[in-house]
Amino acid sequence: MAIVDGAINDALLIFACLLVIMMLHYYLPQKEKYFHLLTWCLLITVIVILITKVILKNIYASNEDYIIFFNRSLWVRSSLDFLLLGCVILISVIWYNWQEQSEQETRKQDAEKLSKEAELFKLRQQLQPHFLFNSLNSINALIGSRPQEARKMVQQLSDFLRGTIKKEEHQWVTLKEELQYLQLYLDIEKVRFGHRLATSIEYDESLDELKLPALLLQPIMENAIKFGLYDTVDEIEISLKAVKEENNLVITVTNPFDPETSTPRQGTGFGLQSVQRRLYLLFARNDLVSTEAKENIFTTTIKIPQA
Amino acid sequence: MSSKVIIIDDEPLARSIVIEYIQNFPDLVVSQVCSNGYEGVKAIQQYKPDLIILDIQMPKINGFEMLELIENPPAVIFATAFDEYAIKAFEAHAIDYLLKPFNQDRFEKAIKKWREQKNNSNSEKQTKQLLDDVSLTAPQNQRIVIKDGSKIKIIPIQDVHYLEAADDFVKVFTKEGYFLKNKTMGHFEQVLDPSQFVRSHRSYIINLQQITRIDPYEKDNHVAILRSGAKVPVSRTGYPKLKSILGL
Repeated sequence: MAIVDGAINDALLIFACLLVIMMLHYYLPQKEKYFHLLTWCLLITVIVILITKVILKNIYASNEDYIIFFNRSLWVRSSLDFLLLGCVILISVIWYNWQEQSEQETRKQDAEKLSKEAELFKLRQQLQPHFLFNSLNSINALIGSRPQEARKMVQQLSDFLRGTIKKEEHQWVTLKEELQYLQLYLDIEKVRFGHRLATSIEYDESLDELKLPALLLQPIMENAIKFGLYDTVDEIEISLKAVKEENNLVITVTNPFDPETSTPRQGTGFGLQSVQRRLYLLFARNDLVSTEAKENIFTTTIKIPQA
Repeated sequence: MSSKVIIIDDEPLARSIVIEYIQNFPDLVVSQVCSNGYEGVKAIQQYKPDLIILDIQMPKINGFEMLELIENPPAVIFATAFDEYAIKAFEAHAIDYLLKPFNQDRFEKAIKKWREQKNNSNSEKQTKQLLDDVSLTAPQNQRIVIKDGSKIKIIPIQDVHYLEAADDFVKVFTKEGYFLKNKTMGHFEQVLDPSQFVRSHRSYIINLQQITRIDPYEKDNHVAILRSGAKVPVSRTGYPKLKSILGL
């Protein structure tokens, strides 16, 4: 008798629990509506007890002792059912909430990763329209007077542009590759600015294979050239030096400037912010780009940690 | 009768292509080619050209800043690679503007436009309007360029202590004394960052960074004491403006 009673009650209870779990799976109430769950819990308990009562009373209608026992145990039975059901609801709510949260987390991470990649792409792609149009203008002038040089410059400009497009696929390049690419850019700028611009690149060949993010140096050089060329009317020299310090590739670029008229606070200007941003996105460090203005020389130093 | 032309551009090849195109006009004579605004100012004073072909992005002072320094600017055709912010101003007030690279035909069209307008328009007034428009849209209004005798002075905006109206000019006060700029107070009030510069009085604009205290002065009026010790009048309407921005 006890076994049948227990079995029926428990079977109904388990059914109710499964029902609740399914329900919560499809419909998770908002936090403010949790008290609804309490009502639901109570209601289901009552239904379970009622059904149990109907079934058991039908089976054991002749057994008066049992009926008395059943009526007496009704409160205990209900409380137990209610508690159990409540526990199940609580656990499912917590479980489903946790699942939803972790799902949201993954989605957020995915979105962040995507936007980070998009941002990196954009930062690499920042080609100055000034550079492009002025280069084309120089070529236009050369075509009439020095066609051979015009051809050479078309070649250089094409190689430079191809480099911008090609390199986005693999993000890291060797110092050697990057400097070759940089040389294309410098050659074009020298045609544009003639004798006003002189450049020097100094580094040891043992550093050839060190790695750095592709197209990182060109915006730094561009910044130095603009800063130098537009801040004085004289001839200027831009120099780049690469060394290895501890486990970092350290690159120093210097350009002249006029301390009286430029505003170093904002004057680090032009492209350096994008370089800083890129290194931050790659290394999560903000101390990899530093600048120094001393007398009339402006120095930009970047550190690239080596794996 | 031939016309005098001056070409001002910092890139040698950009200058040479213009010289090449001009050779097709027998009546145009290139008086001088300049590689920056400083040379430009001198050459314009010396030759008084009828037309200048002017680049915008140049060392030290840009093409617009150079024009500001010239008292009676001649007709200008702009030649620029990419100055998006100035396009509207060009369209409204410039004789013409050439986007680099440009070809012979396009250049001839610009010269034709200039010839058509030469006699019936006031290029000086047009240029002034253009400069006003540009200074409102320019991405960085970080400095004031002034001609001090034969020297050109570039004053970073944060070095300005205060401005004072002086007839058709504005006195720009810095630690080295004042310099005269041929603009109006209204212009500076529009152009300067309002969280940094406040018009404290009909005739004064103060750099807030420079204020040490504000004292009462006579009846109803106040005076701002600057770090330099200068006393700048604050009017009855200027005082509440200053107070609210300084958060007093």
